[in-house]
Amino acid sequence: MQGYAPILLLVLVAIAMPVIVWTLSRLVRPNVPNANKYMVYECGITPTTDAREKFSVRYYLIAVMFLVFDVETVFLYPWAVQFKELALFGLVEMGIFLFLLLFGYGYIWSKGALTWE
Amino acid sequence: METLASLLHTSPATAWMAVKVLMAFGLIMGIAPPLTWAERRGSAMIQDRIGPNRAALFGKIRILGLVQALADGVKFFFKEDLVPPHANKRLFWLAPLLAFVPAMLGFAVIPMGRSFLSGGTEYHLSLLDPGNGMGMLFPMAVGAMAVYGILVAAWSSNNKWAILGGMRASAQMVSYEVGLSLAVIAIFMVTGGYDPHEIVKAQQGTFLGVLPNWYVFRQPFGFLVFFVCMFAEANRLPFDFAEGESEIVAGFHIEYGSMKFALIGLAEYGHILGASALITTMYLGGWGIPFVADHGQIPVIVTFLVFLTKVIALCLVFIWVRWTLPRFRYDQLMNLGWKKLLPISMANLLYFAYRMRG
Repeated sequence: MQGYAPILLLVLVAIAMPVIVWTLSRLVRPNVPNANKYMVYECGITPTTDAREKFSVRYYLIAVMFLVFDVETVFLYPWAVQFKELALFGLVEMGIFLFLLLFGYGYIWSKGALTWE
Repeated sequence: METLASLLHTSPATAWMAVKVLMAFGLIMGIAPPLTWAERRGSAMIQDRIGPNRAALFGKIRILGLVQALADGVKFFFKEDLVPPHANKRLFWLAPLLAFVPAMLGFAVIPMGRSFLSGGTEYHLSLLDPGNGMGMLFPMAVGAMAVYGILVAAWSSNNKWAILGGMRASAQMVSYEVGLSLAVIAIFMVTGGYDPHEIVKAQQGTFLGVLPNWYVFRQPFGFLVFFVCMFAEANRLPFDFAEGESEIVAGFHIEYGSMKFALIGLAEYGHILGASALITTMYLGGWGIPFVADHGQIPVIVTFLVFLTKVIALCLVFIWVRWTLPRFRYDQLMNLGWKKLLPISMANLLYFAYRMRG
């Protein structure tokens, strides 16, 4: 874990900087709020409903498909770096795995899940 | 190195760590403000305008308007910082931080120059030493974290435009992540590891006798996918659906102002720099000088300047693209991600796997 110390330090510096500039700007900036400034920035008319409404199911569909393909890439990472040792065996093994996945990919494509409209 | 260490009363290793961290952070903080200026001047040039050229220090020092970046920074300090009552206060404060921190980690594992020997120890110009298992997985992981900043900002703002922008940004991010990973895996496979030092070393020398031995020439389709995905990752035009000023006003940061907005803006330019550094390391030979196979005799500072030149040139390409291409339509973006980039990068990966089957 010792090798990660510089990264941790960088994260701490990156957190410290916003905190410092926020504190500094708090000392010099004006603070005179009024009701108009606090209004939702939308179209000038007072909004009647909350912004957190229902969203198109497309977004969830994309997220689920992403999950499938992302897990696939997670399997591919260790396979790729070991490829020189695995050679032909690795190619055939992964070929079968990818074939199943590409089959599913073709299926969702033909079902129109990738068409956004 | 020893002199610096003795000045600070620490060991050379600790001193070097501090230098590296300050470099990784300082590079982004140092280049991002001039980049905002370059963006505005560049857009003005492309659109036949003049752009910011009035700001001046003490009424004299102008440097082509570069002082404008400084003036903007000062102005942010003096702006009133409103937290709207309809917002989720804690998340509203957290979001700029969530956007800012991953952006600042862009240069974390990128080797910025040749490793060198000093007093019998080898020093590396990157935060992670070679042989560390993490390697290039780190920037990929951190790059994916960026969407949280956008999503949290959008959700906590409780504003319809903001939430639209946040939803778009997250759907876009997940659509491009897969093609991106597949393109990168082809690089890892050819190199045989995640180590950025190894990736840079593998790109030295010449390819086919006339080209530098860079992955951009050896894997042009992988590069194409990676390059496009980097624009999507950095939320830049033609993929800036999170903001889309002509459609959803300002998108996810619509309710932000003052220093919080400045941090989000800095994060955006940090992402451009991080993306440029990634492209440089993965496809453009990192700190390597084109055609040179052995960098043993070349001064460290020269390799660092080569790296910096490549990164800044790529940043300018980002700006050039932004002011040249129109914004995509949303369904076009989804089509491009799922129906074009994904198959291309998959075919690219399988081709190199087939060639290397041994």
